[in-house]
Amino acid sequence: MNAGASPRSSSSSRSRVAGILRSECCKLRSVRSTYWTLFAAVASNVGLAVLLAIFLPRQLSAHEKATIDAVRVSLGGLHLSQIAFGVLGVLVITSEYDTGMIRATLGAVPRRRLLLAVKIIVFAVTALVVGIAAGFAAYFVFQAFLTGDSLRTSLGDPNVLRAVIGSGLYLVVLGLFGLGLGAIARSSAGAIAVLFAVLFVPSLIMALLPHSWQTTIGPYLPTDAGGAIFTVHQDSGSLGAWSGFAVFCLYATVPLVAAFVLINRRDA
Amino acid sequence: MIEASGLSKRYGATMAVDNLSFSVPPGQVTGFLGPNGAGKSTTMRMVLGLDAPTSGSVTVNGQPYAAYRRPLFEVGALLDAKAFHGGRSAYNHLLCLALSNGIGRSRVDQVLDLVGLRSAARKRAGGFSLGMAQRLGIAAALLGDPPVLLLDEPVNGLDPEGVLWIRTLLKSLAAEGRTVFLSSHLMSEMALTADRLIIIGRGRLIAQTAVADFLSGGTGNFVRVRSPQAGALATLLTRQGAVVVQQADDTLHLTGVPCEAVGELARANGLTLLELSARQASLEERYMELTRDAVEYRTAKRAPAPSPNGGQS
Repeated sequence: MNAGASPRSSSSSRSRVAGILRSECCKLRSVRSTYWTLFAAVASNVGLAVLLAIFLPRQLSAHEKATIDAVRVSLGGLHLSQIAFGVLGVLVITSEYDTGMIRATLGAVPRRRLLLAVKIIVFAVTALVVGIAAGFAAYFVFQAFLTGDSLRTSLGDPNVLRAVIGSGLYLVVLGLFGLGLGAIARSSAGAIAVLFAVLFVPSLIMALLPHSWQTTIGPYLPTDAGGAIFTVHQDSGSLGAWSGFAVFCLYATVPLVAAFVLINRRDA
Repeated sequence: MIEASGLSKRYGATMAVDNLSFSVPPGQVTGFLGPNGAGKSTTMRMVLGLDAPTSGSVTVNGQPYAAYRRPLFEVGALLDAKAFHGGRSAYNHLLCLALSNGIGRSRVDQVLDLVGLRSAARKRAGGFSLGMAQRLGIAAALLGDPPVLLLDEPVNGLDPEGVLWIRTLLKSLAAEGRTVFLSSHLMSEMALTADRLIIIGRGRLIAQTAVADFLSGGTGNFVRVRSPQAGALATLLTRQGAVVVQQADDTLHLTGVPCEAVGELARANGLTLLELSARQASLEERYMELTRDAVEYRTAKRAPAPSPNGGQS
């Protein structure tokens, strides 16, 4: 029995954190849902870019072609891929609670805030890599499938690179928002429901409000504020790219901070 | 060594665990016994730092569980056999846990061999039978080769072969000097596995004792004697201080007198004995006797039997 288990020799806190990092990476890459959601996100980005590149130019007038935000159009797949990233963010934590695995996890890593921090880092890095790659994929595929030059842009044009990379950042923060919700709700269904509500309901309600409200509050809604980072032609009333992104990050911070407070207070 | 002192857990108005103090020594299998809902699982979760006690404390080898930096080397736990992601393979499930404590892949292979899951290691654990899931849970508990093992209802739902396997494994682990703490609501199982018993009911400690002492302390022990001269024998025995209950014309039940004395007395007085036997209450009967008032969910006919296939407490 005594053979084999690693000795306790290297118990410095750095190696301990490294172990937890490896453990969380192992969890993320050993379930299919990770691959499904990430594949769905990339496929949405690329698929919609193809469709938009083929069909949209035929339907636009010359004036529209001149004024439309062609980069934002090429990133139209975000409408779908954001759902996939949000769901993956939720699942990173709720799959542990849904299955009961969380007890084994906390048995192995009793420092819950450290565990949550490591989960956030592992998800954020993965999402960043895939999110930015999906942004570039959408952008280049869109350019490749364009027949005319009217909607063509170049990465060297002002703000284009920022918008393409920004689409990846947007997905990361949205996923972190989902992760925070998941850590609070501790159930996939509940957290995903709240995530969708936060993404889609405010815009619906906003449409019913007086116009003056729309122009004052509208830019600060989660998706509107977050959308500024992948927009090249900013509307006059909307937030700037980075200030909008900062507001969006603030939204994600709220459930994450709540999660850090709650995880040490609640029974697992 | 696990030591609890004044451990309490309140859920709303109910005290799930009420001022529980006990110790689980190394080198023995200690059974943690109580009817469903007695607070066994809650207590075990508090040992592992998963639930915070309302008051009191519990330590494992002198430290609270949460103080351990690599707890898998200190305590191996099996709380709920099905507590894994069904989409993950058994190997990856164990690897994820192992990595968090700096345990390598070779040890994962070792524990898979130890529990006999090598051939199923790459399959999705979601398709495992309960018996395989229990084996996987035990493999996880053994990852760090810990001196303390804590298992909640490990034989629940297992087939006879699986039960025998766990029983043998736990005894051998205890024989290696480990602390083995094992909960069950089935006395019959404990009778075969445990050396010591901690019995709780409604969150309170009822008994903490060695199995042997537990048996001899009951009121269910008596001597049964049959004789054609039962009346004369009864008179003699009563004179000796025995308590005699006449069961039939020729049958007496005696307490307060050993078998040997009855035999000697009969021979000295020339009385014929047809039967002479010591009757010991079974563990089950003693357990029923003790927990009669502490059963939370009682059937209408006042039968205090804990359901043999009930869920976890």
